[in-house]
Amino acid sequence: MWQGVARFARNRMALFGAAVLGCLLLLVVLTPVIYPDNPFKLAGPALQPPGGRFLLGTDTLGRDVAAEIAYGARTSLLIGVGATLAAIVFGAVLGGIAGYYRGRTETVLMRLTEFFQTIPAFIFALLIVAILSPSVSSEIIAIAAVSWPSIARLVRGEFVALGGREFVQACAGLGASDARIILNHMLPNCASSIIAVGSLLIGTAILLEAGLAFLGLGDPNVMSWGLIISAGRAVLRSAWWICTFPGIAILLTVLGINLIGDGLNEALNPRLRER
Amino acid sequence: MRFARYMGYRLVTALPVIFGIIVLNFLLIHLAPGDAASVLAGESGAATPEYMDALRHKFGLDQSLGMQFLTYLSNMAHFNLGYSYRNDADVSGLILERLGPTSLLMLTAFGTAVVLGIILGLVAATGRNSWRDNIISLVSLVAYATPGFWLGLMMIVIFSIGLGWLPTSGFDTVGAGHEGWAEVKDVARHLVMPAVSLALFYLALYARLMRASVLEQTGMDYVTTARAKGQTERRIMTGHVLRNALLPIVTIAGVQAGNLIGGSIVVETVFGWPGIGTLAFNALQSRDLNLLLAIFFMSACLIVVINLAVDVIYVMLDPRMEI
Repeated sequence: MWQGVARFARNRMALFGAAVLGCLLLLVVLTPVIYPDNPFKLAGPALQPPGGRFLLGTDTLGRDVAAEIAYGARTSLLIGVGATLAAIVFGAVLGGIAGYYRGRTETVLMRLTEFFQTIPAFIFALLIVAILSPSVSSEIIAIAAVSWPSIARLVRGEFVALGGREFVQACAGLGASDARIILNHMLPNCASSIIAVGSLLIGTAILLEAGLAFLGLGDPNVMSWGLIISAGRAVLRSAWWICTFPGIAILLTVLGINLIGDGLNEALNPRLRER
Repeated sequence: MRFARYMGYRLVTALPVIFGIIVLNFLLIHLAPGDAASVLAGESGAATPEYMDALRHKFGLDQSLGMQFLTYLSNMAHFNLGYSYRNDADVSGLILERLGPTSLLMLTAFGTAVVLGIILGLVAATGRNSWRDNIISLVSLVAYATPGFWLGLMMIVIFSIGLGWLPTSGFDTVGAGHEGWAEVKDVARHLVMPAVSLALFYLALYARLMRASVLEQTGMDYVTTARAKGQTERRIMTGHVLRNALLPIVTIAGVQAGNLIGGSIVVETVFGWPGIGTLAFNALQSRDLNLLLAIFFMSACLIVVINLAVDVIYVMLDPRMEI
């Protein structure tokens, strides 16, 4: 584990990603202090350019773009992390069962996984949100619903490989229950791969969320980056800043998360690096 | 002959996917709040009670769930995707007339992404850790994190509003009456920015994959053998490594084709490109779920076809493949 941390710390790109994400987390924590007002509230005259009283300008309704972005950060992280966790739990359960029990169960579950990997993910997510009506929870459900197959395939592969190892067979020989073997012995052994793949999924989830919110499927009562861009689109010609800054926020966040994910991948799975 | 049998086999194995989509669509209709008829007709209040009754009867909503499914299945099998009350038109017709612009956009973006991605990946891998490699890796990292719709908006700000080089939206200049090459040039000018916004993410993906794939292949024994025989480096790259390194790209390209359709929804919306994406966006705005479900169904069918094509390409690239 400490070796892994040391390897991660030697990776300059990963450290840069960690720094970006650290700043973002700091922003999320400090948001209620810096911008105590509701981000939907009027802050000043409409369409003020950046600089001056409002660092990043104001939007069509005179709301402070900087405050909107700060509150949007919370939404993006919440949905990104929430959807990824949901996908990991669901994917690990399905992949774990398939990889542990093998046989017909495995065939059926993996066919199902492949099916969900084949169908067009974004349209499926759109449909789910449209049907459940837009809200933070339906966005999390939709993004998790299109993200779990990669985790399921990963866990299944790891479980198949672990199944033949002596320590697993020893546990079975000692009479440990299936649940005990899976939860106490096999899952911890694939934790590092799950963390590495899961961290990359968060970036994808944030991009998906931005796309959904841009198309008007975000929670209308919660500020989010996609929502700001979709509202600013109409005045792109006269007020470029409304669309520009939230996009930069998305880019930096996803870039930071991807760099951390790459770093984790190399640090936790050094075998992959040598290959 | 063996090839034909293989294709037949692949076609049959593709059928469960289509069937799965139909089942999924059916479940989604019944998951929606309210009567399925209101889903099929668009939001309640838009349709007359008579029309709703006709819909209920037509889709067998007055029958048991099992019968309903059979009716739905037979409708889908006949490509009877229903009627869009909002658009006052047949759903399959609506989709078909939008297929042209979307195909043009997707093929352009996909072709650009694959070709440029492969070239950039190759350049990066051959000069490992050189400045070229570092620049390509850095740009692809950034491109990998950029939302396509935002990139589109930024290009509009710079190239349309700022510099006035390219048109902001549409398929061609309305009322210009261009013909022949003038029309082709006009459409191409409109196509540039949507295609770039859609392609960039995939370009970055393929460049990264291609780089990794080439690096993996250059470590193989057959490369050492070729070098020992006195082959030139260029010949080793083009004659041996390239073909092997392409295999994983082809696989991933097939998988990613489905995401390309999703990406085109957002990009078409940004640029007002008159394709299936804009149709989906409008359907979303008016909560025309039936139209959305039909688009979902059609794109899934398209993906099945693309995956078949990928299999064919794979067999052609790799003669070792057992068919």
